[in-house]
Amino acid sequence: MSGNKVEEDPRINGIKTKIRVVPDFPKKGIMFQDITTVLLDPKAFKDTIDLFVERYRDKNISVVAGIEARGFIFGPPIALAIGAKFVPLRKPKKLPGETIFEEYELEYGNDRLEMHVGAVDAGDRALVVDDLIATGGTLCAAINLLERVGAEVVECACVIELPELKGRQRLKGKPLCMLVEYRC
Amino acid sequence: MFAVENGLQGDPRLKAISDAIRVIPHFPKTGIMFQDITTLLLDPVAFKHVVDIFVDRYKHMNISLVAGVEARGFIFGPPIALAIGAKFVPLRKPGKLPGRVISEEYELEYGSDRLEMSMEAVKSDERALIIDDLVATGGTLSASINLLERAGAEVVECGCVVGLPKFKGQCRLKGKPLYVLVEPSQFDELTL
Repeated sequence: MSGNKVEEDPRINGIKTKIRVVPDFPKKGIMFQDITTVLLDPKAFKDTIDLFVERYRDKNISVVAGIEARGFIFGPPIALAIGAKFVPLRKPKKLPGETIFEEYELEYGNDRLEMHVGAVDAGDRALVVDDLIATGGTLCAAINLLERVGAEVVECACVIELPELKGRQRLKGKPLCMLVEYRC
Repeated sequence: MFAVENGLQGDPRLKAISDAIRVIPHFPKTGIMFQDITTLLLDPVAFKHVVDIFVDRYKHMNISLVAGVEARGFIFGPPIALAIGAKFVPLRKPGKLPGRVISEEYELEYGSDRLEMSMEAVKSDERALIIDDLVATGGTLSASINLLERAGAEVVECGCVVGLPKFKGQCRLKGKPLYVLVEPSQFDELTL
């Protein structure tokens, strides 16, 4: 398998056909990429995980960081299959222990992503997982959190990319692996 | 019912799971000894034990659907669903799921909250499992049972990693059996 898109694998089309596009959610003009319909098909869900596991199992990944909440669905099965720890990156005030945070921009205003202190060590090789990359703001915040504690971010992995939003350019030079792209 | 009461007495995996859970005192408020499962997730062996024990229990029960409660149920539910060949259904806070949803209200200590499920989630004749990290009052799990039953599924069991001791024995939630791996861990000042 070559490149960042896992091109040509026959399982990709099966996954793509299961993604449901919901117009005007959460607000008018947005064509929402709903992955819950992929999760309703055990084969499509398994194929999604298998594609990422095959890519990462020999890359010495020691930590999979998943972005709340849909990154929690895809991250842990990958982590378990490759023997890595799983670290949840969460909205503010959800993690109970001592945390560090990184701010990122929304369309209006800012939000924060938090990580537990001590979860990730200097020298850890990390994968960041989310269901979708749009502007790349959240993924960039995740990369920053991991780099601040001395981890090396090896790659970002997303099921879906919205390439027109150019999120790939916001990843501080880190590569992106995605399975399905959606163009309006 | 706890795992130790149901064939896993002396299983070293249960101690490994329990030892991997960190207790944070007075979170989210004074008096609550919060069971932090994120440290369990940092231990790939212990995390795998959790999944293996649930998978061994459920793989021959003809489960077609695993529902997980946002957000920590999203961590434990999917690996179980994948291993037993079931679909995974996220049960979410209001406004997060697109498309048509059904919604169930449940009580908090002060006020109430709502849990939602997609109307596409349940087909006919589904046998469902509900997974969450911890059961305390049972309010969230009861709301989850209601959602699945209203959609026509048969809830076979609820499975949680941690549960209060009151769930020992034949304790049921809305008539459904509850399976719990470990009791809450104790706070150990030496580990701070």
